[in-house]
Amino acid sequence: MTVLDQHVWQPRTDPAPLLPDPEPYRLLGTPEAGALDAGLLTTMYGQLVRGRRYNRQATALTKQGRLAVYPSSTGQEACEVAAALALEPRDWLFPSYRDTLAAVARGVDPVEALTLLRGDWHTGYDPREHRVAPLSTPLATQLPHAVGLAHAARLKGDDVVALAMVGDGGTSEGDFHEALNFAAVWRSPVVFLVQNNGFAISVPLAKQTAAPSLAHKAVGYGIPGRLVDGNDIAAVHAVLTEAVARAREGGGPTLVEAITYRMDAHTNADDATRYREDAEVEAWREHDPIAVLERAMRERDLLDDAMVRDTEQDAERMAAALRERMNEDAVLDPMDLFAHVYAEPTPQLREQAAMLRAELEAEAQS
Amino acid sequence: MSTATTATPVAAGRKPATMAQALNRALRDSLAEDPSVHLFGEDIGTLGGVFRITDGLAKEFGDSRCTDTPLAEAGILGTAVGMAMYGMRPVVEMQFDAFAYPAFEQLVSHVAKMRNRTRGAMPLPITIRVPYGGGIGGVEHHSDASEAYYTHTPGLHVVTPATVADAYGLLRASIASDDPVIFLEPKRLYWSKADWSADAPEEVAPIGRAVVRRTGRSATLITYGPSLPVCLEAAEAAVQEGWDLEVVDLRSLVPFDDETVSASVRRTGRAVVVHEASGFGGVGAEIAARVTERCFHHLEAPVLRVAGFDIPYPPPMLERHHLPGVDRILDAVGRLQWEEA
Ligand SMILES: Cc1ncc(C[n+]2csc(CCOP(=O)(O)OP(=O)(O)O)c2C)c(N)n1
Ligand SMILES: [Mg+2]
Repeated sequence: MTVLDQHVWQPRTDPAPLLPDPEPYRLLGTPEAGALDAGLLTTMYGQLVRGRRYNRQATALTKQGRLAVYPSSTGQEACEVAAALALEPRDWLFPSYRDTLAAVARGVDPVEALTLLRGDWHTGYDPREHRVAPLSTPLATQLPHAVGLAHAARLKGDDVVALAMVGDGGTSEGDFHEALNFAAVWRSPVVFLVQNNGFAISVPLAKQTAAPSLAHKAVGYGIPGRLVDGNDIAAVHAVLTEAVARAREGGGPTLVEAITYRMDAHTNADDATRYREDAEVEAWREHDPIAVLERAMRERDLLDDAMVRDTEQDAERMAAALRERMNEDAVLDPMDLFAHVYAEPTPQLREQAAMLRAELEAEAQS
Repeated sequence: MSTATTATPVAAGRKPATMAQALNRALRDSLAEDPSVHLFGEDIGTLGGVFRITDGLAKEFGDSRCTDTPLAEAGILGTAVGMAMYGMRPVVEMQFDAFAYPAFEQLVSHVAKMRNRTRGAMPLPITIRVPYGGGIGGVEHHSDASEAYYTHTPGLHVVTPATVADAYGLLRASIASDDPVIFLEPKRLYWSKADWSADAPEEVAPIGRAVVRRTGRSATLITYGPSLPVCLEAAEAAVQEGWDLEVVDLRSLVPFDDETVSASVRRTGRAVVVHEASGFGGVGAEIAARVTERCFHHLEAPVLRVAGFDIPYPPPMLERHHLPGVDRILDAVGRLQWEEA
């Protein structure tokens, strides 16, 4: 008997297989799709079409100067919507900066969700209302937050799961690894959803990782990794729902990698032609998440031209309402700059606020 | 300190160039001159950087000299330390001010300390380029004026150009320096233009030397980086009020050029420090203290500061209320106890 046998090496007896399947899990277009709930598919379809329209509208608003910037999730709507649908109201969503749509799909007001990108404030919604953490840009930093929140809920005996989203690029950050490890050690009820859309701005996945898949990163932390077709909303939803259920039952965290593609440039300010071929983008149109779902639904006679038209009209109405609300000038009070820095402004902030107020009054008089 | 001043002349004569082009040229000349210079960072290769400062360099010098890294700032700076330990001269790009923070531990615990720790045996000639500051309508985390974190860390040089020529000269000097240099690039000046040619060595700024950008007799505005154009504008506007303002561009925050600053304040007897970073515990506080310590008997009024408010950087629609503008500068000048003069 060696020291190794005695102490250090404790083979895992966890029944959950850790290695992800080499092929992304798919449902739509497979025989199993026949058993999918028709109501759920209809909901998904409606949300996908609205989501696509939302992305298009938000991008248009950047051109009209109504948004400072918009990182579109066009092409990734299946992940955005499935993430929201996989959660119960009592759960928490921790979106990345690209996931405005997931927040909206979970119920955040579509205009309030854009506040950060419009530039009138940083977070425009109360995170507690829909249990959606603030969208913000420092990559992967939301992941340890999700673990901490889930851990706290578990300590309090609450039946709450946190689902945290991140991009492929974000998996290179230290925070990603620390979050996975904490979640694994604490067996926290967290689901990590990596949207592998092929790029971190201009940097392709091959320069980001040498792993067989991002889902493989789970293995080193002792948690299961799942690979899923990110443009198959039913598959993403099924994998996430299973992971959420496992987390809720005390089974610990899961890392889910969804393979998808960012159809638009990184943001409206980016020129994607500098680093990728149009042909690559075109090839992904074949596997568009809306088209994939539409084909599967038509096969089962769950969708016809009239429903498509109705859904699109519904999305148009949503877009028109969004446009109208976004075309109103944001109401801003510069004094808010001092209102929320601390519970009580410091004496120095009071002085500075008085100075700004005097300036504003002088400005109003001239 | 660096003596890198000679550039390979390409363009004869002077022609309009942006600060971004001057920075690009400085990187290119450094790569061409010194095979130990390596650029790496996020999106700096194929894309040429989100601000295009490294445009064309990967193509010209190859991926191993201008490298897209994985998305991890601590990793970028940590590996830069290792490369420097092995004799290379890494030049790393942090994509934005706030995205340099994951690298803070490497910076403070190793980059800044290695020379001292090893009694000079292991200097780290690393240049850390950080686009910084606001005024570009950036959403949260894209506009931080983070200089005070760096200036408060002994072992780091901290420089920031405000002109096209200095962008070139200071970057060349930073890369040639055997000490780590935080090279702060004022984002909102990236597209500022000046007539400039890369082969005018008299324009190369040595690290550690401030420069008087405008001479005047009434008071001295002490500033740097993104606030220089604002101060020059204020100085022009001040003429109408009967003030003849001197404007000092620090260029280098560490080392600090006490000599140039003190000489100016002794001449004018009054001083206002201007920067867009929050005032409390900011670089302006250090400058005001130094000027007071050195020029007390020449001062007609306390040294004043015009700085950003002590608040997290505002959202785009409110940033104009935060950034020091001409009016706030003139207000401060007006408070320099003229009636008692
Ligand atoms: C810590 C940090 N470093 C750098 C950036 C700048 N940045 C914003 S988005 C992005 C790429 C992110 O790629 P990925 O994680 O794949 O997400 P995607 O954009 O594809 O949704 C980068 C480098 C940032 N926001 N935060
Ligand atoms: Mg990505």
